Amino acid sequence: MGGTAPGDEVRDPGLQPERTRLAWRRTTLSCTVVAVLGIKLALVDDTTAAGLAGLALSALLWIGFLAVAHRRIRALDAARPRVLSTRGALLAAGCTVALAVCGAALIW
Amino acid sequence: MSRFVQSLRLWFAPQRIRDEGETPDYRFSLANERTFLAWIRTALALIGGGFAVDQFLPDLRWAVRVGLALALLAAGVLCALRAVNHWIRCERAMRRGEDLPVSRFPAVLSLTVAVVAVAMVVLVLFGRAG
Repeated sequence: MGGTAPGDEVRDPGLQPERTRLAWRRTTLSCTVVAVLGIKLALVDDTTAAGLAGLALSALLWIGFLAVAHRRIRALDAARPRVLSTRGALLAAGCTVALAVCGAALIW
Repeated sequence: MSRFVQSLRLWFAPQRIRDEGETPDYRFSLANERTFLAWIRTALALIGGGFAVDQFLPDLRWAVRVGLALALLAAGVLCALRAVNHWIRCERAMRRGEDLPVSRFPAVLSLTVAVVAVAMVVLVLFGRAG
């Protein structure tokens, strides 16, 4: 929660930055659930090299998503946050896609 | 298709979007971002559903189980990619002061989810025998 600096504008009464921040939190939670399911998928049968790789990759992708979300949540702690960077959007979507691909490889 | 290539170029040259039009009210951009996140959550839910089908329906035949799971995963991937694309197109439209892009993706996705859901009900009820 940032304090209002002297030159700052009045905060938006619609609390848009806060709502957006909560949206990022919800999305991180969803990502956590999927990552946990993915890790369970990797551990389902005997420990194999592929399973371990899948486990490590799922954990890594989850951390990647967490990092993107954390950066954005920090950036949203302003009265007038800047637009989400294309890189951030691509990274978030990329982690999602990679989790799916990783899971597909494990299921196959 | 050229529209898609155009927005694909924007994906990897993000500074180009700032060259166009005027910066919209930050609240509109934040609303666009929340929509993007909602689509990402939808994608994550589809992917999680794919994982769940594989893990929690072990009685199904292998081909059916893997087919359903992969279909859900593919839908999740499509949904995530489309989320980025739609976010960029909306952002650009707002900068240019154009109408927001319309899309038939939500209709297609809901029909797909409905079909998959019916298929799952049928499979869980009658698939055990097979």
